[in-house]
Amino acid sequence: MSSLTHPVTTGTRGRGGPSSPRPRRLGRTIGRSAPLIPSMVLVAVFLLGPVISSFYGSFTDMSLTGSAAAGAKFVGFDNYVQLFQNPDFLQSVWLTVLFLVGSAIIGQNVLGMGLAMLMRHGHAVVRAVVGTLVVTAWILPEIVAAFAAYAFFHDKGTLNELLALVGIHGPNWLYALPMIAVILANVWRGTAFSMLVYSAALTDVPDDVTESAEIDGAGGVKRLIYITLPMIRRSISTNLMLTTLQTLSVFTLIYVMTAGGPGTKSSTLPILAYQEAFKFSQLGLGTAIATILLVIGAIFSIVYIRALKPEVD
Amino acid sequence: MKRILSALAIGAVAAAALSGCSAGSGSDKVIKVAYQKFGNFTQMDTQMKSVAKQFEAQNKGYTVKLVPIQASENDYYTKLSLMNKAASTAPDVLYEDTFLIKSDADAGYLAPLDSYVKDWSDWSKFPDNAKQAGEGENGKLYGISMGTDTRALWYNKDLLKKAGVEVPWQPKSWQDVLDAAKKVKAAEPGVTPINIYSGKGGGEQSTMQGFEMLLYGTHDTLYDSSSKKWIAGSKGFVDSLDVIKEIYQGGLGPSVQNALDPNFGNTVSGQLLPQGKLAIDLDGSWLPQNWIKSGAAPWSDWNKVMGEVAMPTQDGASPGTTSMSGGWTLALGSKSKNKDAAWDFIKLALNKKNSLKYDVSATQIAVRTDVASDPTYTDANPTNKFFSDLVKVTHFRPATSVYPKVSNNIQVAMESVMTGQATPKQAAKTYDDVLPDAVGGAKHVTTK
Repeated sequence: MSSLTHPVTTGTRGRGGPSSPRPRRLGRTIGRSAPLIPSMVLVAVFLLGPVISSFYGSFTDMSLTGSAAAGAKFVGFDNYVQLFQNPDFLQSVWLTVLFLVGSAIIGQNVLGMGLAMLMRHGHAVVRAVVGTLVVTAWILPEIVAAFAAYAFFHDKGTLNELLALVGIHGPNWLYALPMIAVILANVWRGTAFSMLVYSAALTDVPDDVTESAEIDGAGGVKRLIYITLPMIRRSISTNLMLTTLQTLSVFTLIYVMTAGGPGTKSSTLPILAYQEAFKFSQLGLGTAIATILLVIGAIFSIVYIRALKPEVD
Repeated sequence: MKRILSALAIGAVAAAALSGCSAGSGSDKVIKVAYQKFGNFTQMDTQMKSVAKQFEAQNKGYTVKLVPIQASENDYYTKLSLMNKAASTAPDVLYEDTFLIKSDADAGYLAPLDSYVKDWSDWSKFPDNAKQAGEGENGKLYGISMGTDTRALWYNKDLLKKAGVEVPWQPKSWQDVLDAAKKVKAAEPGVTPINIYSGKGGGEQSTMQGFEMLLYGTHDTLYDSSSKKWIAGSKGFVDSLDVIKEIYQGGLGPSVQNALDPNFGNTVSGQLLPQGKLAIDLDGSWLPQNWIKSGAAPWSDWNKVMGEVAMPTQDGASPGTTSMSGGWTLALGSKSKNKDAAWDFIKLALNKKNSLKYDVSATQIAVRTDVASDPTYTDANPTNKFFSDLVKVTHFRPATSVYPKVSNNIQVAMESVMTGQATPKQAAKTYDDVLPDAVGGAKHVTTK
């Protein structure tokens, strides 16, 4: 709380002059930040609380059954040491990054941007139809989308039936190519969000700038790279961050489609955390994985903020 | 602002309703009974409904709240543990697998029953091994056995005959079993030759019906009960995984994808066997519970079509056959506010009449001596004698509280072999590497 109110206090001192007495300024500051209190409390209870308890839990041998369930012991870095020695964990980190890059950073962002650009110039009817189709995937509850994707990629599912129509014998996607299947499913599900963000951002690019670039002889690709992308940089940064954080935590989609299998071939970190915590009863180990997931999310967020500098203009 | 206010009001009402719920469940006159109800397994649900009615009639003022947990075996244990963690959700009476008793007693979820059984005249009807099955690591009693089970090979007589295997089938070694499966594969392309449960999806059924039925037929075991050490690096472990490899990678078993489905056990008993699509199945004595008239998939011809034979040891070594036994109990929740009434419920549920009814409908191997000798029980199911006789060669799972963790690692090893991610040797090595962590340190492990 104090760190938030502090800059406001100094600000008023600079502007307000010597006439306003200290207690009144302090009162005003408190008065001004009062509306923030409910949301701060909510954030503290429902966001900070779980983060801290998960962080603490990851240093204990907390368990669902056995003697550790009666009273968890502090075990220091044991859980983390155990994780980094476990090849399954390292594989899960790799699969998580693959899933993130494939489905969110490349898939959802590029496809969303492409759709947004195409739709600007499309016919109103085309725009409406495409927009509705894409957004449908997004408004479906995750569990429904997951079952739909499962039915689509299943060995005897829609995709292979369609392929059979043109004489191709499709592979057993969920079994032979589990990562491809879940990445495609997440692209399908998440593209609408990026498309909406970029549609809004593109309408903010002033036409006169684009036109003058055109007069200066800049072609389509050059306009995109030198005019459009820099101008919507802030939306890109925000969108990348949101889709990244959302994709890192995808659980239902993968769990329903492949349950992390076969074997461990699509076991991303959330699936592994669930397995360790709830299937194998090791809550401490599960929360350690969750904490690492949190750190990965934070690293990506910092990279986006640094690389795209949304605050500078 | 109005909208915010009304949202807040709704939230407040919802919160009040929720807290009302949890307060209500902890009240004085309610007995909460948690058990599994999943797929074809509805016998427990039927039984508990009937016992609840009897209980409420005998104990005026009490209500029984049945909590059927709709979950596959693995998820059932998880949900039960989560319920047990908080006093407001912990059940008073639990349907508890014998292999979890020691672990859950250590966790403080279960209340000791020694003082209760002292005054229970029926307790003398339970044989010693059934009493031991309910004991915790500290020697106290935590669960009362509802029935036990054994495991063996079920086979479809018609399918085996068609493939040129002599019926009644008498396999003498693992090789005989695999040879029969290969004959079925060659003769009948639409039929799955053999099923041995495997992988994480099946949970404990993979470990017990699958892996341990193999391993305990070798010269090795999981645990040396005299030195109290877990065994790593045994040949039997690798040999057992070799069979899993041959079945799943050699095209003798179900497709790996189907076998990894947590629901696969239901598919086997409810569809594949009755429809004649599976020739040999390594499975439990309780299978007919699905097929009898009150079962989930009634099948009048089951006893004509299905044959059963004991699982041979690896190379036919003495005693020639093997089996595994487990079973389920009723236990008393340690957080129960109403332990005496909950105990009355357990007593009622496991009296002679109710035990008899359950052992028949769920095709359990009776533990109560008066039930086991009752003609209603012995005549109810033609396979009762066969499976009861297997008790002579049966094995029990290592009776320690870390067993569930070891079981998980076995499932991981099986799955990596069946999917081809690891060779049996590699999978066994991974198991050996994580074993010390699972059992509480290298001092509890001995390497062969």
